[in-house]
Amino acid sequence: MKMSKKGIGIFAAAAAAAIVCMPIVMVALGSLKSGNELADSLRPVLSEGGTDVFIRWKLLALYPTLRHYIRLLVWTPDFFTVFWNSVKMTVPILAGQLFAAVPAAWAFAAYTWKRKHAVFTLYVVLMLLPFQVTMLPSYLVVQRLHLLDTHAAVILPAVFSTFPVFMVYRSFTAIPKELLEAARVEGAGETAVFLKIGVPLGSPGILSAAVLGFLDCWNMIEQPLAFLKEKALWPLSLYLPNVQAGQAGISLAACVITLIPAALVFLLGQDYLEQGITAAGIKT
Amino acid sequence: MNRAQRKLHKSSRCILKNRQMAKNVFLLPSAAGVVLFVLLPFADVSRRSFTTAVTGEFCGIDNYQAVFANEAFRLAVLNTLRFTGVGVPLLLAVSLLLSVMIYELPWAHVLKSAYLFPLAVPSATVVLVWKILFHRQGMLNAWLVSVGKTPVDWLGSDASFWVLIISYLWKNLGYTMILWLAGLSYIQKEQKEAAMADGATSAKCFWYVVFPQLKPMLYTVTVLSLINSFKVFREAYIVAGAYPQQRLYLLQHLFNNWFTNLDVDKMAAAAVCTAIVLTLLELLLQRAWEDK
Repeated sequence: MKMSKKGIGIFAAAAAAAIVCMPIVMVALGSLKSGNELADSLRPVLSEGGTDVFIRWKLLALYPTLRHYIRLLVWTPDFFTVFWNSVKMTVPILAGQLFAAVPAAWAFAAYTWKRKHAVFTLYVVLMLLPFQVTMLPSYLVVQRLHLLDTHAAVILPAVFSTFPVFMVYRSFTAIPKELLEAARVEGAGETAVFLKIGVPLGSPGILSAAVLGFLDCWNMIEQPLAFLKEKALWPLSLYLPNVQAGQAGISLAACVITLIPAALVFLLGQDYLEQGITAAGIKT
Repeated sequence: MNRAQRKLHKSSRCILKNRQMAKNVFLLPSAAGVVLFVLLPFADVSRRSFTTAVTGEFCGIDNYQAVFANEAFRLAVLNTLRFTGVGVPLLLAVSLLLSVMIYELPWAHVLKSAYLFPLAVPSATVVLVWKILFHRQGMLNAWLVSVGKTPVDWLGSDASFWVLIISYLWKNLGYTMILWLAGLSYIQKEQKEAAMADGATSAKCFWYVVFPQLKPMLYTVTVLSLINSFKVFREAYIVAGAYPQQRLYLLQHLFNNWFTNLDVDKMAAAAVCTAIVLTLLELLLQRAWEDK
């Protein structure tokens, strides 16, 4: 009896995992379908008129083809511009976030100072504020700096997000204080202690902040929507939904290509991501 | 105090001063950025919330009154509260349940990766799938009809609320599970076995042995889930646009639309209110669950 209960649990967990992965599998396999097949099966969903026919979506393509990828990569120069836009925003944001957040997290974790708790609480509150609340303040700054409609308008406010400070802080606090003291007794300066002990031992937190930061930037919607009127500057995440209904094939192929960098970062960084999230949750 | 003592005292003070200096240098880039890009402009926005948008004259709490009298604002607040109130507890519960189910399995890490993967999937990637599943003529309804139920207009009726909840759960299940699994891994097997040996059912064992030990994590898990709950706007916006079905109209939509229409005064007042509410919420969570 007990075994079977456990068996049900395992089955449910595995089924849930399959359901969770289903949408991605549907996109990936769907991108291999021919234009006609897609148009046929998507008609009930994409046509405006009220039909009574339900959609019939087969997982596997009837005649698998890479034509959409070829059309997208060879005949759609727009796509490269947009892809490049995403890169041009994501990389500086990540670099800036780490440059600002890692030392700040160290200042919170490795030192005791007056009002530390209050300042840290302020940081946590700022990380809770959704973009829409800080949108107007950021807009006013960006406008004053004459940066509207440039990538810098998206990059600068995002660099000072306090979320990575929180992630990195938690993995820094796990480093035993005695270790730092020992290094200082040996004559290490404060910078050396930070670079030689803090950064290496806190690397899971730093890397997981980087992975989460990347996934978030790559999926940016609100920020470019607010600060970039010029569509030529838009990133992939905003460009994709604009692909027209008749081009479902190209749209699916674009989705898959957008997913690839995120999936790679995810797969390469998954161990660190887990360690970092774990460190954020467990207090030592 | 003799000379040697005084020297020692002086050098330890010197060390402390040195450390404070180092701390300041480490904190500076982030703090300067936060002050320049967030705090100062936010102070400016708070000031603007008491002035008219066009002439900039002081107008007292007029903007606040206008915001609270605004039909769309009330709808958005209600929807956002409803979404957060249902979504966050549901996410915590479902992810905890799944974590408890899998954490002793030898291949838990494979399942964990599967649950976590949606985090990497850009919102735009799955729009079409959401339509295929939830459209009036979509797969979910086809299935409902085939088992003899009446179809539901998932995106065009109040049922859209559940589509939002599902996409939130889908995206964040793995993230939250990793947090819970980390907590579970610290619980000693012996304790559970002892409880089971004493005749506790697995439900009792969970409530009296496992759950109390996970409690210190509630603060972080809730804060992170809350942050992620605001991001559900991305899916809602991409699938349904700036003016979605009534139930989907969140505060984020409202802010966005005010921004597009340059309703700066209303936006300023609403931003101040939201910031205050979230600050109070954070202090409350900290007081209630964070162990010092």
